[in-house]
Amino acid sequence: MQTPVQFRLNDEERAEFVDSGARLLGLLRDKVGVTSPKSGCQQGTCGCCTVLIDGAPYLSCLVLAETCAGKSIETVEGLAKGTAYHPLQLAFMEHFAAQCGYCTSGMLMAAKALLDRNANPTRADVIDAICGNVCRCTGYQPIIEAILAAAKRGVARTA
Amino acid sequence: MRIRKELFADERRDDFREVGVGRQRADALGHVTARSQYYDDRRIAGMLHMKLVRSPHHHARIRAIDMSAAERLPGVKRIITAKDVPNNLYTVLALINVGIPDEPALAFDKVRYKGEPIVAVVADSERAACEAVARVRVDYDPLAAVFDVEDALKSGAPLVNEYHGRNTFNYEGRDHQRVRFGDVERAFAQADHVIEERYQMSPIEHAPTEPQGCIAVPADDHRITCYTNTQALFFSLDVTAMILKVSPDKLHFIGGTVGGGFGGKVDTLVEPLCILGAMLTNRPVRLAFSREEEMQAGPPRGAERIFIKDGVMKDGRIVARYMRIYEDSGAYSRLSPYGAVKAAAHCPGPYSIPNVFCDAYCVYTNRTPSTAMRGFGVTASDFAIEVQMDKLARLVGMNPFEFRILNAYRDGDTKAHRKKTEGAALIECVLAAADLANVPIADSYRTMSSRQGGGAAPGAMPATPPARPQPGVQRPAAGDRLASIFGERRR
Amino acid sequence: MAKRRGRGMAAVNYPTGMNLGGDPSQALVHATPGGKFMVSLSSIDLGQGMKSVVRQICAEALGVPSDEVHVDTADSDTGPHCMGSFASRGTHRVGNAVIMAANEARAVLIEAAAEKLEVNAADLVTDGKGNIHVRGAPGRAISVRDAAIAAQFEQGRTIAGRGIFLVPRSYPDMETGAMEPSTCYAHACVVADVEVDDETGEVVVLSIKSAYEVGRAINPKMVEQQLVGGTWMGMSHALYETTEPYYPDRSHAPRDFNEYLMPGPGDICDVDLVVLERPAPDGPYGAKGIGEMCATPPIPAIANAIFDAVGVRVDEMPFTPEKVLRGIKALRAR
Repeated sequence: MQTPVQFRLNDEERAEFVDSGARLLGLLRDKVGVTSPKSGCQQGTCGCCTVLIDGAPYLSCLVLAETCAGKSIETVEGLAKGTAYHPLQLAFMEHFAAQCGYCTSGMLMAAKALLDRNANPTRADVIDAICGNVCRCTGYQPIIEAILAAAKRGVARTA
Repeated sequence: MRIRKELFADERRDDFREVGVGRQRADALGHVTARSQYYDDRRIAGMLHMKLVRSPHHHARIRAIDMSAAERLPGVKRIITAKDVPNNLYTVLALINVGIPDEPALAFDKVRYKGEPIVAVVADSERAACEAVARVRVDYDPLAAVFDVEDALKSGAPLVNEYHGRNTFNYEGRDHQRVRFGDVERAFAQADHVIEERYQMSPIEHAPTEPQGCIAVPADDHRITCYTNTQALFFSLDVTAMILKVSPDKLHFIGGTVGGGFGGKVDTLVEPLCILGAMLTNRPVRLAFSREEEMQAGPPRGAERIFIKDGVMKDGRIVARYMRIYEDSGAYSRLSPYGAVKAAAHCPGPYSIPNVFCDAYCVYTNRTPSTAMRGFGVTASDFAIEVQMDKLARLVGMNPFEFRILNAYRDGDTKAHRKKTEGAALIECVLAAADLANVPIADSYRTMSSRQGGGAAPGAMPATPPARPQPGVQRPAAGDRLASIFGERRR
Repeated sequence: MAKRRGRGMAAVNYPTGMNLGGDPSQALVHATPGGKFMVSLSSIDLGQGMKSVVRQICAEALGVPSDEVHVDTADSDTGPHCMGSFASRGTHRVGNAVIMAANEARAVLIEAAAEKLEVNAADLVTDGKGNIHVRGAPGRAISVRDAAIAAQFEQGRTIAGRGIFLVPRSYPDMETGAMEPSTCYAHACVVADVEVDDETGEVVVLSIKSAYEVGRAINPKMVEQQLVGGTWMGMSHALYETTEPYYPDRSHAPRDFNEYLMPGPGDICDVDLVVLERPAPDGPYGAKGIGEMCATPPIPAIANAIFDAVGVRVDEMPFTPEKVLRGIKALRAR
């Protein structure tokens, strides 16, 4: 028995039918075709599936798709505005903050959630924001530096 | 990060246009936009899902497999057992002509580790596949298991792998790979100090954020396309062809963008069964390890137990090193026979020691088969060797940096493997690290170098220890050098 | 009842490539009609940056800018054989294969340009910016693009090359172990400073200072990525990681990231790095493999630092608080 769910995804209206018990991660990747949130553990312990729901970071592998009705979901696919990349995307590139790239989507969204509510985070704030995101390659320091640099550059942009 | 360009400058050109430049990574944009495509970032119409039934026992005989309840479950398309696998018994190192077939793709008579796969279920959803797996009933007769490498070598220990006939890999008639250089016993007898220590590294999981997996798709030309996150495309293709008894050109592997590997995505544990599933159902099939499978059923870095016995002179020269290395291969060989040889190849470390003895064993136990991981055959040895070096330095009262420099290999030195040392740079690294850490180093050591004849160079190694210290090298009194290095750090 | 500081060091080397050799890699390079270049491989990028390093090496060998080189990997239909990405072999083996292929392609490119410019091929150089000109006379030039068009559509030449690199396999003498494990070795020395809580046994790594000898840093920013990431993994191996906490007892096996511990972003330390380059005679521009070596020496450096701090030898990995505390208590009991 499927349930219709209407929600906003990266500022666009979407409507999908979902199985009861289906998770948001599966809905996004398998039905909608948005593959930025990655499946790392399917149990909420790695952060690779992090998306924003109404501005707050969530582990989409643990979110029931049905509960997203009426919510606004943001993923990496919505970060760039046309040819203007988000300061976080630019900073991650400039600071060599990605190696295999598998944790990057989750890191970007966790970082965006932070910078959207705190434009001037301390290093401790950044660490707190990403401590639920596992990275196996970089040793975290380049990611922290990238997020601080993006904050400095300023995330306020024309929409 | 600084590059010390002045070191070895006479051996280098530094006038390149692209080499040496910190260009932006080719995949940086893809990673930050999520356009980088991993194997699983594709959905193919009609895709089925495979899940594996795994042994809950460390060691057991399989009495019976009852798949009737699973077969009845709606959504189940095909259930695969050992008899469906064309060449079920194999070993991955057969590709380089090492070893004998000792591992089933799907267990049939016995399971040898907890987590060993026995049955593969293909269903139209992950949920149906998982439910079907839970409904497969396997009857086991548990057997005694052995988990300790030294216990496994004792007579009367449970036999883990009958294909080997004993719990060690056969290296051309011996149960170990050996290195024999000089005469360690004679050197130990003449050494001023002899110490023997034991070191242990337990298994370590690669834990890439992307678990291993693949999608197999019947293609438009009677071949199968496999999207995979293997670290070794043709290696995995050839292992698959071997297990499925097909010509390799029937398989089309696509990969290249992998979410971390660290050595854990070489064993080719998903492609053969997944592709078989696609062949038998004529549908696309996906097989992906869960995180729990990745942690406990997927291969870890093999545990190693290492014994090192060293003979050292009062002046700091190590005159003999004996290493006995037990590599815990788990229930099957995989890459471990090669790993034990690499461990033997790595001893005694980057030092010129005139007498070296090494025995490296690849031992079978009833645990998850182990595999390569970042530092295969080396990590445990370097842990053991460098802690041992610290013990020796303190024993003779030398600054640990100077102790390394004194014993470091230099160009022209004969290694334990009877090859000449070339391109050595250990001394320069030790000096550079000492500079970075503000560690005082005596002038006589500062002037040493890795190049041939570069200061107190051991040169051609005698088989027996020297009668007296080499001229020109200061020997600090026991204890004082140590205090001056670490004095400011102690409370 | 104190936090005690200690320092330890470790010095290592690491072989490049599959032990004993016998691990070939191939590459194909060809020019597109517009004078850009494609490298076809079946090599794997697992985050270590294979695609990026190959692009730079190919560009250097061809004499063109790296953004005019594209790397296509990994497809077993179109990419020639590569043994795989493991054993710190990638840059060395694949890099060498790429240079061989690029050299062949470059020779044809230069011949095509020489024919167009009506000069000897031996008098031509590339400027690394997309042009080919007479040595010492930059005005007598042709763009790589025009040379490629001429080659294909006027002269009937293929600007393409093939490469393979293979270290012949060495077979150990079974009696003596005489063998050639590798043709080149990288080196490292790591100094770890730690703080040990003598009430809890917890170890905090305060800083890691390291010197790495890498042969040649093809891309220093990526070398830094590898060294920083590897240092983290070494620290993680040393203090946190195991799938069998009571090895050889298999109980308490971790099943997920809650149970399998690794240091998080709040647990990292300052990492100071110095790089040395002693080119390997058989390395691509002298490069050696470093992807594994960087994760190894932090482990004994930390073990030695723990001893320096509290006098406890933990000879079993990982150096958990329990093991350190047991050691401290045993010392006090003496």
